[in-house]
Amino acid sequence: MTTIGDFMLGGHAACDDLFAQAENAAGDWPRAEGALGVFRDTLLEHIAMEEEVLFPAFEDESGAAQGGPSETMRAEHQQMRALLEQMADAARAHDERRYLGAADTLLMLMQQHNMKEESMMYPMIEAAAGTRADELIAQCRAIELRSAGTCTCSRHGAATA
Amino acid sequence: MGPRQLDLAQAPPISVPLRFFLTAPLFAIAAAGVVAFHGGAMFASRFMPATLAATHLLALGCLSMTMAGALMQIVPVLAGAPIARPRMIAGIVHPALTLGSLMLAAAFLAGAERLFVAAAVLLGVAFAVLIAAVVHAMLRARAKDRTARALHLAMAALGVTVVLGAGLGLRRVFGAALPIASLADLHPAWALFGWVGLLIAAVAERVVPMFQLTPAYPSWLVRRFGFAVLGGLLVWTVARQAAVPLIGDIAAGALAMLYVAFALVTLRLQRRRRRRRIDVNVLFWRLGMVLAIAAALAFATAATGVLPARAVLVVGVLAIVGAALSLVNGMLYRIVPFIAWFHLYTLAGASPGMPNVKDYLTESRQRAQFALHAAAVVLLVAALVLPDVAARIAALAFMTSALAWQANLVAIVRVYRQRARALASAQPAQG
Repeated sequence: MTTIGDFMLGGHAACDDLFAQAENAAGDWPRAEGALGVFRDTLLEHIAMEEEVLFPAFEDESGAAQGGPSETMRAEHQQMRALLEQMADAARAHDERRYLGAADTLLMLMQQHNMKEESMMYPMIEAAAGTRADELIAQCRAIELRSAGTCTCSRHGAATA
Repeated sequence: MGPRQLDLAQAPPISVPLRFFLTAPLFAIAAAGVVAFHGGAMFASRFMPATLAATHLLALGCLSMTMAGALMQIVPVLAGAPIARPRMIAGIVHPALTLGSLMLAAAFLAGAERLFVAAAVLLGVAFAVLIAAVVHAMLRARAKDRTARALHLAMAALGVTVVLGAGLGLRRVFGAALPIASLADLHPAWALFGWVGLLIAAVAERVVPMFQLTPAYPSWLVRRFGFAVLGGLLVWTVARQAAVPLIGDIAAGALAMLYVAFALVTLRLQRRRRRRRIDVNVLFWRLGMVLAIAAALAFATAATGVLPARAVLVVGVLAIVGAALSLVNGMLYRIVPFIAWFHLYTLAGASPGMPNVKDYLTESRQRAQFALHAAAVVLLVAALVLPDVAARIAALAFMTSALAWQANLVAIVRVYRQRARALASAQPAQG
């Protein structure tokens, strides 16, 4: 049986890979914009699963909304969105220094964030979800398919196959 | 969820880690000063007073100082629970470690017994409070993952190191006849292969795959490394105590092989990194890992007792300045800009023109300091062979590197302070 943690961990691994491709492409701007686009879609999709499905379920079940752990995670997602924007701006301006700086910042933020989610947040969500876990994973998969409908990248091509 | 209150924000106030990080290079400067002043004579053996002073300035004031600051910062993320009352803990550990390190160095240099007692009290307080704070945070979080276990083992090794060091102090000051043979060998081995080595390995196992996007460490190494190292140290200790040299040599060889394996695996993983760019951090890692291998092999050789007194010093130079300081030095170039960025973001959000982590310090300044550091390590090793010729040159190189390190860290913090001040004056209500 797939747990929520296992399922979401796959998302973190995919984001790591796509991040590396986007960062390595710096300087080769058409390629960088493409790779950044795929990375960005995947990261935002992962964040959507958490913010639209997992966190609300956790907040309902545990009553921990205001000032709770999911609120901190949401704030860090906001920081990641801002850094994604900075990377996109820098790619459009062909500014390698700024692109790599934003990328490095995003990676550090993303990794310490993932570690907190993997070691604490997901186990807490799982405990709170109880028997609803499978239902929540199905809702997350629906988000994946939703983006797959509009996305033509190889990852989502494979996901629908 | 009951009373399990988790605060995932967790970051301690920025002054908590920074005070440790900004103090550490000062002790490297001081250690270089001792070498410059005493010159080649101190390379005769590791028991020369100036050699002991310089070693402890580095091991305590520089390495343990950085590690204490890093623990305050990373335990909350690794273990999922903030260290309780971080300001108070830092307010005790930092001055006690600073003063204790200085007094111990002064005690060695002056041969003053009262200073040994004062140093022992201060260092005992510093490490007892640090260990208690870290272990308390991890127990409260009920963190049971591999990193939590590895940190517990490193804390245990630190405890043993401190007790053995106190034993050496007692013997020195009161002439106490302690029933422990070869204290002077056991103390540095537990310090370097236990406390420093286990902590670095625990952190490496998390940060190398995370920040360099390498494959994960093999699970056999992750699960067994800490226990195997502590086991090796225990067997070696008992064998020394029971005067069974064969078992002792085997244990020392096994310990060395464990670290060689860890370093080789790390180098191999880094060759398979998915981030293509080679930044300064990777250079420090490579240097540190290559020198860790050299240090481990030198230790295994020295432990058999075949090396002359002067040659044993090579273990300390390679392990302390070569391996540990390289890694610590490089790591701070990642940690300090990130916490500066993180705190500024918390103050201001993503306002335009906000520096990213690479805006705090140019890559070229970091590379220049890396080159200085590498040169200093080479010259220090050369000074072991040709002390009269190379000792003072090595000391000057090491001092230059440490000064550049300090200046670089100060430059990062200055950018942070300017921004934070500008933000505070723009939003007076935020204070």
